[in-house]
Amino acid sequence: MIKTIIHFLVFPGFLFLSVAGGFVSWFDRKITARVHFRKGPPLLQPFYDFIKLLAKETLIPKNSSPGLFLLAPVISFTATILAGILIILPAFGIESGFQGDLIVIIYLLMIPAISLIFGALASGNPLSSLGASREIKLLISYELPFLLTLLALVIRTDMSIKIQEIISEQKLFGPFIGSFSGALGFIVMMMCVQAKLALVPFDLAEAETEIVAGAYTEYSGTPLALFKITRYMLFFIMPSFVVILFLGGFDFKGWNIILSIGKVLLIALLITLVRNTNPRVKIKAAMKFFLVWMNLFAILSVILAVLKY
Amino acid sequence: MNEKKVVIPIGPYHPLQEEPEFFKLYCDGEIVRDVVWESGYNHRGIEKVCEGKSYDQVTFVVERICGICSTSHPFAYVNAVEDIVSIDVPTRAKYIRSIIGELERIHSHLLWLGLAGHFIGYNTVFMWAWKYREPILDISEMVTGNRNHYAMFKAGGVRRDIENEYIPEIRKVMNKLKPKIDLFVGAVMDDPVIHSRTKGIGVLTKEDIKEFHALGPTARASGIAIDVRKDDPYAAYPLVKWKVITFDEGDVFAKVKVRLLEFYESISIIEQCLKGLEKEKNSPIEIKIKTIPPGEGIGRHEAPRGEVFHYVRSDGTNRPIRHKIRAPSFMNVPTFRASCIGQTVSDVTLILAAVDPCYCCTERLLTLYDWETGKKTMTFNDLIKLSHAKTARVMKKR
Repeated sequence: MIKTIIHFLVFPGFLFLSVAGGFVSWFDRKITARVHFRKGPPLLQPFYDFIKLLAKETLIPKNSSPGLFLLAPVISFTATILAGILIILPAFGIESGFQGDLIVIIYLLMIPAISLIFGALASGNPLSSLGASREIKLLISYELPFLLTLLALVIRTDMSIKIQEIISEQKLFGPFIGSFSGALGFIVMMMCVQAKLALVPFDLAEAETEIVAGAYTEYSGTPLALFKITRYMLFFIMPSFVVILFLGGFDFKGWNIILSIGKVLLIALLITLVRNTNPRVKIKAAMKFFLVWMNLFAILSVILAVLKY
Repeated sequence: MNEKKVVIPIGPYHPLQEEPEFFKLYCDGEIVRDVVWESGYNHRGIEKVCEGKSYDQVTFVVERICGICSTSHPFAYVNAVEDIVSIDVPTRAKYIRSIIGELERIHSHLLWLGLAGHFIGYNTVFMWAWKYREPILDISEMVTGNRNHYAMFKAGGVRRDIENEYIPEIRKVMNKLKPKIDLFVGAVMDDPVIHSRTKGIGVLTKEDIKEFHALGPTARASGIAIDVRKDDPYAAYPLVKWKVITFDEGDVFAKVKVRLLEFYESISIIEQCLKGLEKEKNSPIEIKIKTIPPGEGIGRHEAPRGEVFHYVRSDGTNRPIRHKIRAPSFMNVPTFRASCIGQTVSDVTLILAAVDPCYCCTERLLTLYDWETGKKTMTFNDLIKLSHAKTARVMKKR
């Protein structure tokens, strides 16, 4: 019982995820600033932002449904922590997980987007509902290629739906990215991660210059802080997930610690560079991109995995 | 017809535009079915203020109309005053005027390019364009003493000379700017995502332009070669060689291309003017105007956004009795009725920004007349009554 609570609250739960996530999102902001010829924020800036928001007043719009409006950030926050625990625990070799944990993770990673959608719809603001409709369309389009790449990996590990098995398979035969199906899957996965993290070019749900803050428009104070910390955590969880699936997971013996951290930062760097060298696409173009091209790549990756390439 | 649609508000305060304005987008899902423009959030009554100032003071007042094209209004105003007096300013003053005007065009277009990048979520372009705008502002400060409100113009000439020792420095900055512009041109022409965001979006045909009387880069992107500098030459523009950039497509991409290629023209004009300045050493920079005779004058200038029009009427005293200003955005902004309807929200924000609107130039005061009786309605007192009534209503509810 106590072990579970510690897992949920301290390691690898809330405390660890938010600190690591804050650090990765600082890294993202710093790199972005360097690309822009700016200086960038100090290391603790993400936490200052979070604490500042906690101290602010929480406003609930008059024509919203308050229960759902306030529940959305909490659900998104909890689901993200759960997903983080299920991903990080096997990766650190503390617990081996259970058969089928990959499926649970898929569902848990979908919940932040879904809770954002109903939170936005509950807030009763036209800008938010436009943001929500964009988020729905985006969710529909990127989930299928996301699932197909995972299917390719599952086929490679002899139909085992378990994170631990995927890691040990890579320990034996080298990281999946070294093979054709793995490399293709990696490209598709990176694009899906970009969309899951809601970064440019797929930040349609909160496109600042079009619909103010989109789905987040009516949020303020603590609920917004919860959404923000969720975003930080996802910024750590998604790169680690990619590292576990494609780059051979983590290793904590001796100098390998630096290599492990380097892998996460490398993925974060790739995400940051993509977001800084592209304009925002339109929802139609984004849907076409995922439903046609990314699906095509993902199916090719599955076929290659069946053929054992 | 509009009652059933969802209203997506852009404004009065919105991250899209740096000034207060209000566009109501009536939407079906993402498709915009109707647009209504409401303005009047920062009317300052500049024309009325000008009627209480002397001819010399008005140049400073009109400079404050707009922060970005701050030299366009004085330029048009001094042209109008010189039209009343009917004098020709010295050649050196003409060159200096053109240099300041073109420096302003470069920094204004760079500013727009950065903002356009920001509007499509491309913040790297935003930051880079504004970084390369900085040396232009530094030159302005070096030459005129101010980064933005230059205070260089005066009826009859210019207030300050461009010292000949500054000329090499200006040349150096212009030479450094060229590769940066090449970089932007390359980035815009090659990026497939920018193409998909801007090509075929918000098309204005030649007929639309003629119907709405649009001006400047907006008109030139639709294939109409309208440019006051060519059509009604003034200052040093007839003395230098340059060409008017036009494209026929009329979409947002064409507007970007027009502005990008105008950089090269502006740089070339500045370089030729600098050569002219070196030839005209030690010549006067102004003619003293003692009295302004009764009469009326028209002054025009091609601002970065299009033609600025000033009308000044004099009765022989030391202050104008009527001063009328028309900024280019007044003609350009209404074109959204032709370009926005039927597009998606994400396109409409880009189309609204593509004409480079400047609302503080455009603000007008409305006087409402009753259709049947012909009497003035909604006067100051009426508005106060309405306000009192609303306060009473709110107090009752509490």
